[in-house]
Amino acid sequence: MKILLVRGVKKLDKNGKVISVKGVYKNYGKQTVLEGIDLDVTKGEIFGLLGPSGAGKTTLVKQLVGLEEASSGEVFLFDEKQPSLSLIEQIGYMAQSDALYTELSARENLEFFVSLYNLTKQERKERIKAVMKVVDLEDAMDKIVAKYSGGMKRRLSLAIAMLHEPQILILDEPTVGMDPILRKSIWESFNALKESGVTIIVTTHVMDEAEKCDRLGMIRNGKLIAIGSVDELKETAGVDNLELAFLKFGGEQHAS
Amino acid sequence: MRVKALVIRILKQFKRDKRTMALLILAPILVLSMLYLVFGDDDYSPRIGLVDIPEEIADQIDLSEAEITYYDEESSAYQDVEEQNLDAYLTIEANQPSITLEGSDPVINSAVLNWMQEAFEPLTGQSSSQLDATFIHGNEDMRHFDYFGPVLLGFFIFFFVFLISGVSFLRERTRGTLERLLSSPLRKWEIVMGYVIGFGLFTIIQATIISTYSIFVLGMMMEGTYIYVLLITLFLSFSALTLGILLSSFAHNELQMIQFIPIVIVPQLFFSGLFNLETISGWVSWIGPLTPLYYAADALRNVMVRGLGFEHIYIQLLVLLSFSVVFVVMNIIVLRQHRRV
Ligand SMILES: Nc1ncnc2c1ncn2[C@@H]1O[C@H](COP(=O)(O)OP(=O)(O)OP(=O)(O)O)[C@@H](O)[C@H]1O
Ligand SMILES: [Mg+2]
Repeated sequence: MKILLVRGVKKLDKNGKVISVKGVYKNYGKQTVLEGIDLDVTKGEIFGLLGPSGAGKTTLVKQLVGLEEASSGEVFLFDEKQPSLSLIEQIGYMAQSDALYTELSARENLEFFVSLYNLTKQERKERIKAVMKVVDLEDAMDKIVAKYSGGMKRRLSLAIAMLHEPQILILDEPTVGMDPILRKSIWESFNALKESGVTIIVTTHVMDEAEKCDRLGMIRNGKLIAIGSVDELKETAGVDNLELAFLKFGGEQHAS
Repeated sequence: MRVKALVIRILKQFKRDKRTMALLILAPILVLSMLYLVFGDDDYSPRIGLVDIPEEIADQIDLSEAEITYYDEESSAYQDVEEQNLDAYLTIEANQPSITLEGSDPVINSAVLNWMQEAFEPLTGQSSSQLDATFIHGNEDMRHFDYFGPVLLGFFIFFFVFLISGVSFLRERTRGTLERLLSSPLRKWEIVMGYVIGFGLFTIIQATIISTYSIFVLGMMMEGTYIYVLLITLFLSFSALTLGILLSSFAHNELQMIQFIPIVIVPQLFFSGLFNLETISGWVSWIGPLTPLYYAADALRNVMVRGLGFEHIYIQLLVLLSFSVVFVVMNIIVLRQHRRV
């Protein structure tokens, strides 16, 4: 697996934190979707956000990207407050829905998105090739995206998020609709990226995927009910399986 | 540079979406052609009654191109006109021809008046301009395809550009690509400009084809300079496309975009000169000057019907430009709801 290089490294927080979420609340009208989220992510970490549907994962992730603003509280990336224009090039964001131009081919989509960044022609070509290799879509490069399968669109979407070699990858359910073999190879490339210093945030509600994260934040009803490595979480909950741990933390939350 | 990338992408999408492209060009052409066929038929032979015309005069009038009936009494001719068996009747008093028209159909009116002018040419040696015409219904101000042609030309260009640009931008939002653009280094103004230029380029082609077709194929009245017509339609298109993008922010799906048509688009047609502005009720007449089409229609009419020059359209062009600028600024403000910086 080709290791993707990281460009123009930004300075880190004094504690090595790349992402720092401080007391974030988010309301939509009367509904409180995020309730006091505090969270730190260090450089080169794969951080998973685990939670059931409607828990607020996507909402939280959008605060990180800067596409939405907290009702109260703050989000810092590299010690800079979001939303900030200077942070945009450091982030690769893959939304939960595949934001693609379906009437264009994969190549045309990639060419468009890559040309939004300051890269030379040669670099662009190399980048497009590299990311399509990671998601194993090289052979479908010139196919119109409307003719892609669901999983292929997901992969193309992931490829686009990685195009500009961002230092932070924020991926909202990246592997939905992918088969186990492909999922495995995508996770291998996540690990390779991580080795090169990229910080990755993934949301998921699949336990076996959560197991692969360095650290996990369990989120439920807009609250972060537990945070730690997989082993730590199991240990604290006194169970040997993540699903049980999740239920336990959720239950405790209700009891308190 | 980034704007260029956006423009290229929009043009590529156009190229892929042949149906939309065809709609933008062919639909206005089709509608204008149909209106022309319905309203613009110049071959109509009016049915004219001659009431008690001295023979020596009747001999000198050119009676071809009309269906002529002779009457002795004016009252019986009047009755036939009322019953719509006759379009008009002619009387001559003290060597002064006088025509009475049924008057409710502007197409027939102009056919009758045209016939009169030609018919009396042999008699007077010149086309008599001081015809004494009486309208039983309607009035002389109801004119013809030539008169509302420029309004319709502007309207259909506006309508389709508005719809297509609005739907395209709406799609950008609903399928999440707008969010993706906003999480890229693209600035908000660059997004709006990319759309303005991308659609603008296509609009130049569209406005040119439609204007050219209307003038040279349909034979819409064209007294002034052709290039001014292109200039006006282009400026109008810009206001349509910036308004379309702006309003798309307030629609959640394509159907809601269509719902803007009766609210935003159709009133423009009513209040921008298709109907006589002086006759519009006072309490709604303020609407016209708030709409881009009002200015475009006025400018188009100045050029196409009145044959006036640039000094009679530049103010309207400036107003149209101001509309576009205001809409662009509002677009950028609206995009702030997606990303503040
Ligand atoms: N724009 C919005 N307006 C109003 N409510 C919203 C909006 N976006 C999300 N919500 C609400 O916020 C809550 C959390 O939604 P969110 O999309 O963050 O969940 P999620 O954890 O990502 O779920 P899933 O796993 O299904 O994607 C839901 O109850 C949802 O209805
Ligand atoms: Mg979600």
